[in-house]
Amino acid sequence: MPYVSNEEAKAAVADRSGSQEAPGRLSKIVDSDLFHSFLRSKVTVVAACGTFILFLLAILAPWVAPHNPFDLASISIMDARVPPVWMEYSDPSFLLGTDDQGRDLLSGIFYGMRISLIVGFCSVIAAAVLGITLGLVAGYMGGRTDAVIMRIADVQLTFPAILIALLIDGVANGIFGSLDREVFAFYILIVSLALSFWVQYARTVRGSTMVEKNKEYVQAARVIGIPSVIIMARHILPNVMGPVMVIATINLALAIVTEATLSFLGVGMPPTQPSLGTLIAVGNDFLYSGEWWIAIFPGLALALLVLNVNLLGDWLRDALNPKLR
Amino acid sequence: MSVLDVKDLTVEFPGRNSVFVAVDDVNLSVEAGKILGVVGESGAGKSTVGNAVIGLLQEPGRIAEGEIYLHGQRIDQLPYKEKRRLRGRKIGMIFQDPLTSLDPLQTVESQLVETIKTHLPLSNSDAQKRAVELIDAVGIPDAGERIKQYPHQFSGGMRQRVVIALALCAEPELVIADEPTTALDVSIQAQILELMKSLCAERNVAMMVITHDMGVIADITDHVAVMYRGELVEYGETSQVLGAPNHPYTQSLISAVPRPDIKVERFPVVNYIEEAGTPQKQIDISTHWLGKARDYDKVTGPLVQIRDLDMRFETRGSVFPSRRKYFQAVKKVSFDIQEGETFGLVGESGSGKSTIARLVTGLYHPTGGSILFGKTELTSLKNRKDVLAMRRQMQMIFQDPYSSLNARMRVRDIIAEPIKFHRLASGNSEVRQIVDDLLDHVGLGVAAGQKYPHEFSGGQRQRISIARALATRPRFLICDEPTSALDVSIQAQILNLLKDLQEELSLTMLFISHDLAVIRQMCNRIGVMRNGELCEVSDCDQLFEAPQHAYTRELLDLMPSMELLSRANLESA
Repeated sequence: MPYVSNEEAKAAVADRSGSQEAPGRLSKIVDSDLFHSFLRSKVTVVAACGTFILFLLAILAPWVAPHNPFDLASISIMDARVPPVWMEYSDPSFLLGTDDQGRDLLSGIFYGMRISLIVGFCSVIAAAVLGITLGLVAGYMGGRTDAVIMRIADVQLTFPAILIALLIDGVANGIFGSLDREVFAFYILIVSLALSFWVQYARTVRGSTMVEKNKEYVQAARVIGIPSVIIMARHILPNVMGPVMVIATINLALAIVTEATLSFLGVGMPPTQPSLGTLIAVGNDFLYSGEWWIAIFPGLALALLVLNVNLLGDWLRDALNPKLR
Repeated sequence: MSVLDVKDLTVEFPGRNSVFVAVDDVNLSVEAGKILGVVGESGAGKSTVGNAVIGLLQEPGRIAEGEIYLHGQRIDQLPYKEKRRLRGRKIGMIFQDPLTSLDPLQTVESQLVETIKTHLPLSNSDAQKRAVELIDAVGIPDAGERIKQYPHQFSGGMRQRVVIALALCAEPELVIADEPTTALDVSIQAQILELMKSLCAERNVAMMVITHDMGVIADITDHVAVMYRGELVEYGETSQVLGAPNHPYTQSLISAVPRPDIKVERFPVVNYIEEAGTPQKQIDISTHWLGKARDYDKVTGPLVQIRDLDMRFETRGSVFPSRRKYFQAVKKVSFDIQEGETFGLVGESGSGKSTIARLVTGLYHPTGGSILFGKTELTSLKNRKDVLAMRRQMQMIFQDPYSSLNARMRVRDIIAEPIKFHRLASGNSEVRQIVDDLLDHVGLGVAAGQKYPHEFSGGQRQRISIARALATRPRFLICDEPTSALDVSIQAQILNLLKDLQEELSLTMLFISHDLAVIRQMCNRIGVMRNGELCEVSDCDQLFEAPQHAYTRELLDLMPSMELLSRANLESA
């Protein structure tokens, strides 16, 4: 067969397929069943808008926040514990008041949300990668490999995730000491959250893998002679990703809450890089002395964020895979 | 007077963008003591007619037009509660799968008694007596004893008898049977059909049998309604419709049914099927890519020699070998396949024929015996390079076209995968060229490559499977029930395609099927399997004309009688 250049081959194919106009990507999405089920649920539309706005505020924090709470030059202890604008003794430049060090709460919330979301996303991705890999291997290999991986998962499942995260975080902080904490806290947090949440992915993926591996397309690939690793990655993985996406969305909310809990307990993000949980922890000290806004506003922001993401996740679960309910 | 009258029935399924008309203006009637067959291919709307009659249309389906009368009383507009009272009392229902239509946690007796007491004002003991009578009537021996057992203690055929007894509980006037024998083996199918026929006559029940199987229609029905795309295309007495079909669709449907009585060179070309692919191009095998398969070693003697092949599966694992339990799927099977021939394996479900296919391809490792392919012993291959060389030479076509293609890959990538993996082409553009040729060759057209499998129908998917199997340029093709999930007209096309390809590429084939008629059309030599053992191996014609083994004779006797069909076939041929 004579060698044909890529361009020529493409042209030939386009020619033979009758050069019919493929529907655009956007119109395909708009026409999909998923999009219609999305539009039908008012709550979901609201939740999606809410999530979008909160994400946007978090991502654009350096540009939309009125102050930079990390700029030591611009904060003054004289501004500490200023109440929100609608109360007495307030300062119009601090919309939601300030915390105990004089940092603007609204800006603190934007930046804190940013950290919470980054930690949440990274830990969800790390947990998913770990869980999917182990689940695929366990489901496809079966036998002893499966038994070992799933027993570990079972044991871990008997502890609450927060306990494991607390344990790993505490131990790691102990090893690195408080000096390096500012540098490592972020990574430790992600690792500990990932190690606490991988089980759910592994169990789901293992179940779907065991179903898929007996389907004839996998057998066909084996008859061709394709090695197991490629069969898992190219054939089985794309077919088990549906439920994983759903779990990941729901787990994002869970990871944000867990991160906030850890930070609140003082093992998460340090006060110099406050996440929402750290802000709440700071405010907790002043809750009974009348300066309620320091804890309540970050708390509200956290609640809003988690609620919106959760609603979105619930809808995705119902729309994609009602059996997971 | 007729028991059931369906007048101008139209059933619609409103969708998001359009309304799908599943049943379009259908008129039917069934008389007491008679059997009406509703026949058609998948998607013809035949089951929807049945569901509309008992008022169990799936959401969001609705009866858009028309009237349904039971004994002159209109039933389609009854409120839900009264419709429910009709079901079981006036209309009995027999479902396809006897494995799932009985409650596994209740004894047969309690299921029967519950149904009887729901519909008839009988005391407990009377209901029990009636249940035993019914079980006896459907031909289950030791009715008094067996009625106390759970469904899992019955075989598939016996369970279907229980389902029939359940349908007859309250002396219904009409029984609707939706594919009553599709999930059963031929030998059991014949018994169940016989039972239905005699019960219908004895009890003067009107029966509506919904099926895709022309054999069932020819066997038991008095009248037949042929449906195509929601429309009733032909309706009349069975002998009339099958013997002298008027409508071209009925004609093509009948001519597509494989004939068990004589071997034909090709299946009649069916011209009433819209999905028929583009006609194959004749290729010059000496220059075509597929023709390069000739680089294999020549073999003297048979291509595949199977000797004393044994396979057992562990059904109960244990640390102690003595406590382990096994299921012997294949017992000491030996046969040869000559180069260029099609060897058929036929048998009922569980006879081990698919296990043999998987042993030969290396998906399972045998517990004993040898498989010689050319000069290579397959069971002792260790070296990965040797294994791959063997894998390239033999490919398999699977039964289920819906699960045998990866739904997340484009058709082009599915077919390209073996070519790339075995490095059979140099460069991506050549791979692409080959894939296009293959798609063309199996009658799908090049444009199919850009689509995903779900955009194709069952028959088209099976063509994709065939193209993928051919992509390694195999010399030995294993077909495991390649058409049993397909409609009969599409089956004819796929079988024709396989025949053509075999001739063109001089492939050797192992063809596995439960359908004797298909086997007869496809194979040169045939092996009959039962319970993991090979009963008989003989030439195709000899097997059908003069079967040696008692089991073969039994199987041949049980084939649905095709006398009516054969006459029509002869006339159209």
